[in-house]
Amino acid sequence: PPHGTYNLGRRATDAEVAAWDIDVRPDGTGLPVGQGNAIDGEALFTEHCAACHGDFGEGTGRWPVLAGGQGTLTNDRPVKTIGSYWPYLSTVYDYVRRAMPFGNARALNNDDVYAITAYLLYLNDVVTEDDFTLSNENFGDIHLPNEDGFKPDDRLEEPEYAGKAEPCMSECKRGPVKVDMRAAVLDVTPDADNGEEVGSGSVD
Amino acid sequence: MGKTDDRRPGGATRRAFMTSALAGGAALAATGRSWAEGDPLITEIQDWNRYLGDGVDAAPYGMPSAFEADVIRRDVPWLTADPVSSVNFTPLHALDGIITPNGLCFERHHAGTALIDPADYRLMINGLVDTPLVFTMSDLKRFPRENRVYFLECAANSGMEWRGSQLNGCQFTHGMVHCVMYTGVPLRTLLQEAGVRTSGKWLLAEGADASAMTRSIPLEKALDDCLVAFAMNGEALRPEQGYPVRLCVPGWEGNMWVKWLRRLEVGDKPWAQREETSKYTDLLENGIARRHTFLMDVKSVITSPSPQAPVTHGKGPLVITGLAWSGSGTISRVDVSIDGGRNWKTARLDGPSLPKALHRFYLDIEWDGSELLLQSRAMDEKGYIQPTKDELRAARGVNSIYHNNSIQTWQVRQDGEVENVEVS
Repeated sequence: PPHGTYNLGRRATDAEVAAWDIDVRPDGTGLPVGQGNAIDGEALFTEHCAACHGDFGEGTGRWPVLAGGQGTLTNDRPVKTIGSYWPYLSTVYDYVRRAMPFGNARALNNDDVYAITAYLLYLNDVVTEDDFTLSNENFGDIHLPNEDGFKPDDRLEEPEYAGKAEPCMSECKRGPVKVDMRAAVLDVTPDADNGEEVGSGSVD
Repeated sequence: MGKTDDRRPGGATRRAFMTSALAGGAALAATGRSWAEGDPLITEIQDWNRYLGDGVDAAPYGMPSAFEADVIRRDVPWLTADPVSSVNFTPLHALDGIITPNGLCFERHHAGTALIDPADYRLMINGLVDTPLVFTMSDLKRFPRENRVYFLECAANSGMEWRGSQLNGCQFTHGMVHCVMYTGVPLRTLLQEAGVRTSGKWLLAEGADASAMTRSIPLEKALDDCLVAFAMNGEALRPEQGYPVRLCVPGWEGNMWVKWLRRLEVGDKPWAQREETSKYTDLLENGIARRHTFLMDVKSVITSPSPQAPVTHGKGPLVITGLAWSGSGTISRVDVSIDGGRNWKTARLDGPSLPKALHRFYLDIEWDGSELLLQSRAMDEKGYIQPTKDELRAARGVNSIYHNNSIQTWQVRQDGEVENVEVS
């Protein structure tokens, strides 16, 4: 039957939508029927995940840390993990299912992802029993520690924006301007002769 | 002039400096006593004036002159765990105008560049719509099109500089931005074709690559100025920019511009995907993080002189130039300081002034050879003014990672070399 103004494209079949629409929302919308326990999750994690994320989610090299870091968000160097920072468990299930393991995405079945998610909860001390079973039935009972750690974008209320004042044009600082910090002192800019420099910070 | 400095970091910088130093040396020699008859580049017949050059069949798809070999994307290996989920940087210091050449547009992938034959391409619209639809490339090219010039800036652009001066060159500190003309179909047109239900409030955009990138976009924005684009600067998208189809979300953080776009789902709430919870949320000093920080704020940078573009010509006329942009619209004014922000002069905007696009500015000065502390400060059409880094740090701390749009300082030394510094 015709649709829209141009009647271009065709109706998607139910099977096509099911194949691509695998997203899961915080309210559990999109969760498949299934289950997995943390013990099975440990074995799966060791096989598919630990090479990058470490045996206990501690991360190897610069690969992401998945567990720990609770209570560090106000530290000088916060450790942002599933347990310390992520608001929703749905994101763990969704992201692991859609994009992990890195280089072999979509290799895990739905029950595997429940099991790995259960193990990640165990590594983060959100559940304490190593035989904890996670399923679509009890998924909504689990809340991550930092669920309330987020607020809407209120940047434009910050004083530097809210003012919208005409900026100073002349004699804006008293006395001479001092140089406080130099990039060349750190010397971490890539060089054609030497790619070994390591600076602080990262691109997430 | 013409003295090289081994302390200079950055091979690109060193090569560029030596090239210009050699050129300067030749020019000096040409006007000196060695060639009383005149510059041999003029008085002697040159090869290119005698022998034949390449024919029109030599380069079916042309490349820049070999003398521009340093004008390339560069990456910073220590920033990421591997080069596949990583970023590289546009060579802003070597470009002019407002349009970024396609081959120099910075790249940011989360699972590498997906290679998709347009014949295999499918776009699905599903969720709270009257008719879930599947489009082919051929379908998309039958809808009415628009051409729009927009900047695309990574949310993490300048993110390595929150704690202080770190990377020595505007390519590295500000090069996660590009600006091209996109051709595509308004997202609104495609959504109307499927028929959005009144309960629809949010849109999920999803990529076809192995990261299956997903972001939640307010439906109001989706129906406003977003584009489903298949061309950039007149030709098909580059593979690394989402070939054959990407989403354009003008003025908003680059992560939302989903590449290799394969699905659009209408829903009634945001999805809280990994890239809008774990990533692209901005941690404040009190341990609370902002989420849905979509807008890219008013920003500018002087691209020359800059650490990779030192002053090699000595005293006299000096072109100070740079880029300014704002996710809120057009740039109304750029002020430039040569004394670290004590005094400012309003620069000259030149070229097109388009909303949510890069703007080019110039300040032409007579350089007396003394040390300069160069800064630029942009204002946008909404009246927002680019803040200092100290103002941003006072409001946010140093762990926000994203959305650092603060004023950049370059120190130009008496020898013409330039360094990334912070001043007080």
